[in-house]
Amino acid sequence: MKLSHIDKLESESIHIIREVASEFDNPVMLYSIGKDSSVMLHLAQKAFYPNKIPFKLMHIDTTWKFKEMINFRDETAKKYNLDFLIHINQEGVQNNINPISSGSKIHTDVMKTQSLIQALDKYKFDAAFGGARRDEEKSRAKERIFSFRDKKHRWDPKNQKPELWNLFNTNIDKSESVRVFPLSNWTEIDIWQYIYQERIPLVPLYFSKIRSVIRRNDMMIMVDDDRLKIKENEKIEQKKVRFRTLGCYPLTAAVDSDATTVEEIIIELLESKYSERQGRLIDNDQIGSMEKKKQEGYF
Amino acid sequence: MDIETFFQNQNNKKQLKILTCGSVDDGKSTLIGRLLFDSKNIYSDQLSQTKIESEKYGTQGKQIDLALLIDGLQAEREQGITIDVAYRYFETEKCKFIIADTPGHEEYTRNMVTGASNSDVGIILVDATKGILDQTKRHTFILSLLGIENIIVAVNKMDLINYDEKKFKDIISSFKNFSSEFNFNLQKFIPISALVGDNVFQKNSNITWYNEKSLIDELEDISLNEPLEEEIFSLPVQFVNRSSSDFRGYSGTITSGKIKVNDEVQVFSSKEKIKIIKILTPKGESDFAVKEQAVTLTLDKEVDISRGDLLCSVKNHNYFLSDQFASHMIWMNKEKMIPERNYIFKFINFQTVGKITDLVHKININSFEKIASKFLNLNEIGYAKVALNKNTIFNSYKNNKKLGSFVIIDQFNNQTVGAGVIEHELRRASNISWHQMSINKNLRHSIKGQKPCVLWFTGLSGSGKSTIANIIEQKLHKLGKHTYLLDGDNVRHGLNKDLGFTDVDRVENIRRISEVSKLMVDAGLITIVSFISPFKSERKMARELVESDEFIEIYVDTSIEECEKRDPKGLYKKARSGKLKNFTGIDSNYEIPSSPEIVLETKIKSAEELADEVILYLKQYYKI
Ligand SMILES: Nc1nc2c(ncn2[C@@H]2O[C@H](COP(=O)(O)OP(=O)(O)OP(=O)(O)O)[C@@H](O)[C@H]2O)c(=O)[nH]1
Ligand SMILES: [Mg+2]
Repeated sequence: MKLSHIDKLESESIHIIREVASEFDNPVMLYSIGKDSSVMLHLAQKAFYPNKIPFKLMHIDTTWKFKEMINFRDETAKKYNLDFLIHINQEGVQNNINPISSGSKIHTDVMKTQSLIQALDKYKFDAAFGGARRDEEKSRAKERIFSFRDKKHRWDPKNQKPELWNLFNTNIDKSESVRVFPLSNWTEIDIWQYIYQERIPLVPLYFSKIRSVIRRNDMMIMVDDDRLKIKENEKIEQKKVRFRTLGCYPLTAAVDSDATTVEEIIIELLESKYSERQGRLIDNDQIGSMEKKKQEGYF
Repeated sequence: MDIETFFQNQNNKKQLKILTCGSVDDGKSTLIGRLLFDSKNIYSDQLSQTKIESEKYGTQGKQIDLALLIDGLQAEREQGITIDVAYRYFETEKCKFIIADTPGHEEYTRNMVTGASNSDVGIILVDATKGILDQTKRHTFILSLLGIENIIVAVNKMDLINYDEKKFKDIISSFKNFSSEFNFNLQKFIPISALVGDNVFQKNSNITWYNEKSLIDELEDISLNEPLEEEIFSLPVQFVNRSSSDFRGYSGTITSGKIKVNDEVQVFSSKEKIKIIKILTPKGESDFAVKEQAVTLTLDKEVDISRGDLLCSVKNHNYFLSDQFASHMIWMNKEKMIPERNYIFKFINFQTVGKITDLVHKININSFEKIASKFLNLNEIGYAKVALNKNTIFNSYKNNKKLGSFVIIDQFNNQTVGAGVIEHELRRASNISWHQMSINKNLRHSIKGQKPCVLWFTGLSGSGKSTIANIIEQKLHKLGKHTYLLDGDNVRHGLNKDLGFTDVDRVENIRRISEVSKLMVDAGLITIVSFISPFKSERKMARELVESDEFIEIYVDTSIEECEKRDPKGLYKKARSGKLKNFTGIDSNYEIPSSPEIVLETKIKSAEELADEVILYLKQYYKI
């Protein structure tokens, strides 16, 4: 029997997930509700089948996610009987930090990065899984699978530990931690192929539907609730759109699309000229912005 | 296009892991940028971002600098070099590539090794205007050490030498000259220009004299060795899957061969034979599983198996359960490797403390000669013997890469400091087990009416160690206790007179003293050790040689300024004037203990008072 490249990626990821369960005292899987998280969760279930996943899952809730994401999250947690934590940065909420008036940079920093750090400190997690892939962005392409974080959760890109073969250095001091990326070697197409083959459920937002959108900063933004104030020169349109990547709704651009099934999405992707992260406002601030955010503790 | 056919094609594609390596600025990143670009694996937003960056950081004037597609760190863009390995993905009709772009700069060799460790094919770039350089040789050597069988030598920047055939041929022959000893299965030479794209995807009319394949065709045609039909089964146990229900399975990734339900295998550490009942693969329950699959197995009986163990074929196995082996290793840390120092050795599913007992030789990267050395510096490669504190299961790297490789980790800062490939097991020279004596430690110390221990003094030269140690011995003697004082100066005149003051010798010095103090404790004595003992690692080693309650670390805390002011033997003066080399605190490091049992501050109290503090401690905890 010959393994296909997807089979190999699948086994590699399962190996990584089991390694963390064996070597760390208190790991957690960050679950962001998106397609990569869904694949990661699916792989974790396989890794420990027929038993339950032996660690917690956690969602860092910015309070600005699409409603459909939150529903999907709650259903998933219930359906699989997951040990699930939700963390919100209450300080940020009290200070009314939001993506619209505070701006994407401050919102992401306070409600995502700072919130994540708060939660990691609060629960004293020593390893945190993330669903990031190296093909997403070029500073991610540089990151190790087991990526060390110091006591302040900072990444030091110039001083990464060598990572040879699949021998992962899991030795850390108290209150240091690692971020672990089991999907490092998957590409966007691999993810979709796997979702198709394994029939992995996804948030409906990935599929095209008529949705209410406005145009703002050259992007189509979905009107998910009335916190998004429509300006005078803007008007709500009904358009057939979907999302290639999911985040906070005011920061995530919809794309025109007729793709209503995974098959159609794959065909659309093969013809696409743009990368998936293009739909994310937060990446486009400046050259090297992802690397900077990662140094500060962002996933 | 129909989606099922698309997946069929995807699944039939060969997966190839490659890396680019070679000297700095030979065009590795540019070549990968070119490969991504020509295979149309670049999105237009990525391309337009690279155009913006090229204007700011590019090396090609107004034109796009393809290396900037790959060099993803700010520091890399600013310095125009690659620092760390980047993994990129692209595909063609026939192949899925995972490609590691590694740095050419010598300082970052560790990152090149990282990229090489998981690759099937190495592309070695040579700058046609510069020819073979030291780094070309070093990287070629590393590829051969890591067992990479297929290499392609891409002679780059042909556009800068007018596509000169003779120069290309000269580079080939000098490459062959130095690499004749290496056993590569496949070795190809291609003249290219990564910048322009000649012979990368398209053959080019600029190079009429070259009639062979382009780089991409050559890559697509490489066939990797399929595992042999009769390859033996092995699975290092990674995780024991057990729940409150009666399920108990053993999880891990198969590192060689295959397995079927009902096969008989053995637990390697106990040699116990068991039968496979169920195989859970990622695709569900199955009758069989093969190499590289991550599986969970259930067995016909309950046996003692834990992480670190190996399940393998009953017959024909060639694994070792041992605590010593010989290996090639590369050192990847600024702090040099020191024989006899304790490090953590990490294997596929197990880690233990151990040490390099003997550096047989290191390798001159230019001539590949074996040369004698006491230690390995950053980026040096050597051949060494390793002794571990615990028995470990391993194989030779040649037989099984997964079971024959290890990394070395610093015990204190957890840095990955080295990596090695195992050549063969070493039979224990010390297979001599401890002679069982009928009189033991307990009996020895009970007639002395005392509990033996080590009072380990550490501190700078002139800090007051010997003075205080001396007073303590007198006081203990008065109390009727049996003691012995090991002091730096007297031991160095006898037992250790062959040792100097280099880091390597200092480590050996302390190792011998630790062993002697262990024997003294065994003899029932209160042993007072008074040496500078500057390194944490060796103090830890000394501590671990005796029982945990037998070691009392005493830090004599006197600042360097104070020691220098006192300078009882005039040594600081000599060291400052350069007459004395490797002097602790001046040109050799002193690592302050992080949690000693006792700290003595000599600035506040007299030696007499400090000695009393230690006696008080002994009275409290040792009831003397
Ligand atoms: N004329 C010419 N220049 C090239 C060619 N390939 C690369 N260069 C230039 O050589 C310089 C170095 O290229 P890089 O791709 O950064 O080299 P590298 O090997 O990745 O360097 P390090 O990763 O830092 O070791 C850049 O200015 C490139 O534009 C080529 O085929 N022809
Ligand atoms: Mg480079």
